[in-house]
Amino acid sequence: MAGVIFDRVNKCYGDTEVIRELNLEIRDQEFMVLVGPSGCGKSTALRMIAGLEEITGGQIRIGDRVVNNVAPKDRDIAMVFQSYALYPHMSVRENMDFGLRLKKMDRGEMDQRIDEASRILGIEKLLERRPKHLSGGQRQRVAVGRAIVRQPSVFLFDEPLSNLDAKLRVQMRAEITGLQHRLKTTTIYVTHDQVEAMTMGHRIAVLHDGDLQQVGTPLELYETPRNLFVARFIGTPPMNFFRATIADDGARLTADGVELPVHDSLRRITQGRSGKEVMVGIRPENLYDVKRQTDHPTARIRLKVALVETLGHEVLVHGHFGSDERETDPSKLLVGKVDPHSEPELNQEIEMQARLDSLHLYDPETEARLGEEGE
Amino acid sequence: MSKREDSVGHVWQHLILIVMVLVTVYPILWVLTVAFSGQQNLAFIDLPADPTLGDRLRAIIPWPEQVTMSNFVAVFRDQPFGRWLLNSVVVSAATTLVGVFLACTAAYAFSRFNFPGRRAGMMSFLISQMFPGTLTLIPLYIIIVEWLRLGSNYLGLVLMYATIAIPFCVWMLKGYFDTIPRELEESALIDGASPAMIFWKIILPLAKPAVAVTALFSFMTAWNEFILALTIMDKESMYTAPVGLRFFVGGFAEQQWGFFAAGSIVAALPVVVLFLMLQRYLISGLTAGSVKG
Ligand SMILES: Nc1ncnc2c1ncn2[C@@H]1O[C@H](COP(=O)(O)OP(=O)(O)OP(=O)(O)O)[C@@H](O)[C@H]1O
Ligand SMILES: [Mg+2]
Repeated sequence: MAGVIFDRVNKCYGDTEVIRELNLEIRDQEFMVLVGPSGCGKSTALRMIAGLEEITGGQIRIGDRVVNNVAPKDRDIAMVFQSYALYPHMSVRENMDFGLRLKKMDRGEMDQRIDEASRILGIEKLLERRPKHLSGGQRQRVAVGRAIVRQPSVFLFDEPLSNLDAKLRVQMRAEITGLQHRLKTTTIYVTHDQVEAMTMGHRIAVLHDGDLQQVGTPLELYETPRNLFVARFIGTPPMNFFRATIADDGARLTADGVELPVHDSLRRITQGRSGKEVMVGIRPENLYDVKRQTDHPTARIRLKVALVETLGHEVLVHGHFGSDERETDPSKLLVGKVDPHSEPELNQEIEMQARLDSLHLYDPETEARLGEEGE
Repeated sequence: MSKREDSVGHVWQHLILIVMVLVTVYPILWVLTVAFSGQQNLAFIDLPADPTLGDRLRAIIPWPEQVTMSNFVAVFRDQPFGRWLLNSVVVSAATTLVGVFLACTAAYAFSRFNFPGRRAGMMSFLISQMFPGTLTLIPLYIIIVEWLRLGSNYLGLVLMYATIAIPFCVWMLKGYFDTIPRELEESALIDGASPAMIFWKIILPLAKPAVAVTALFSFMTAWNEFILALTIMDKESMYTAPVGLRFFVGGFAEQQWGFFAAGSIVAALPVVVLFLMLQRYLISGLTAGSVKG
């Protein structure tokens, strides 16, 4: 068991820097998810821990050992690849004991570990089969099993679920989290799927273009995204944004046809900034039916309905605020949630209420969050 | 209706195919006929002065008067054909071993490692394939016979054949290695395998089809080759089978077509057997696809 520390880690391919000054601590026994859009460098970061990529600058420590120059096999890690990377010419059992045999482990211990792992994963009956004769989900389990039997101090997963169908993905998601909970092995899990990140990780690290954006628990990331990128990335449907101007010495936010009183909790930020522009963020679940009873302070926003999405338990309404030519202006589009039975008509003007105590304010230039820690 | 059209189409297809098959098989039938006839001449029917149509037909249909093994027995008993065959086996087997081993290791390096001269190396292999083989005859002769003094020597011929076979084998194998996912090797690396172990335990077993193709190619390059062998094998005892066969006919002495035919059949057998044995791999090796997990 061990934690992993990135200490000012850099990675360059030639002149292109794909990881910049990464500082990140993954604690012992923690389930850390690295998430970010395609090409942001998450696989690279993971492969540097595994020793499959050179570290250009800085240090990576596993436990209290600097591993920059340690061979992959000596890092005491196990990795599950997106393609599973099962050896096609070996049976499931041989796949699982390949690494153990290389360590010259004795047969009894080896068999015991394999038995245990295959029982946990429900693949006891598949041990003599070749990977070719397994379904996608079974291969996935074997790949995980191969990692487990090594009893490493760190598990590395690189988008292990992306080749599975949606239903199996949800199931394996739960299985992997359950497994980590049971084994308590430090785990670093790479994905580009923010739902996977939110549901699986103890903490999440969001990467964008090689820069670490924010690290925190799923709830922290959801409630206080540190910048516009994280705010847009975490949550489905994503947070709404629009530009507004601060008025009345910070008492009001105004945009085209929208007037929002500033809630007390945000006054500290807006005070004395009259005339300044801010990006206002509001999550779709905080923009709802005027009919809904609520104890929270709200203000009304008029929208012209552009799209109605019925999801069964709720209905998403996409609509534009403001007056002129708004249909073509995506920066005036807001998404809110209404009752399943109040289906609004397309192009109808409706009123929604926005919850004022859960607005997010961002600096339009620096894209950083205004307030609390963002100042 | 469409069914009828189909079957008419099939008749034509079959007719064309049957003709093609006859064209292909006819010479082979002649070789078989001559070999089993026990005679040495090609024409075993003496046409009468005024041949009827039946006589003419009889003359072109490859069917021996009597079937005997005497030619086969004679090439081994009265002629040194057994020795030549042995030479061929030694040279071809050695070529296959040397060629496949060097090609595998070279192709793996070309496929996986980045080193100065990598592109140039691959290109020079490709370019060497663009020239007719006889062009290399003189330089090879100078290097092997005059410099290395390996004339009439197994090693000399093996070196020559390996030189010819390796470029194709490297390209073939590199193409196949390229399709083997790197992640397999990375996984093995994490599992604790050394590069040599990865090569022997992961890559080679997965590349079996391609290795089979290259092995067969190397073997046949050596087994069927005539000109190089004729050039550097001076001693009669060092002839390979194709060179030896050549001396049954085409000299000033009596033409021994019977021996030639019998020897050819014996020489063709190993290749046929190899083909049958490797058939399974050949198909997948030639359509070299990726190794699916
Ligand atoms: N060998 C390489 N040479 C040059 N650039 C590379 C190399 N490998 C990766 N990159 C670049 O590094 C960046 C990060 O790649 P990486 O594979 O880490 O992305 P990722 O976040 O895992 O994306 P994905 O979700 O698509 O897997 C990409 O822009 C990629 O183009
Ligand atoms: Mg990736």
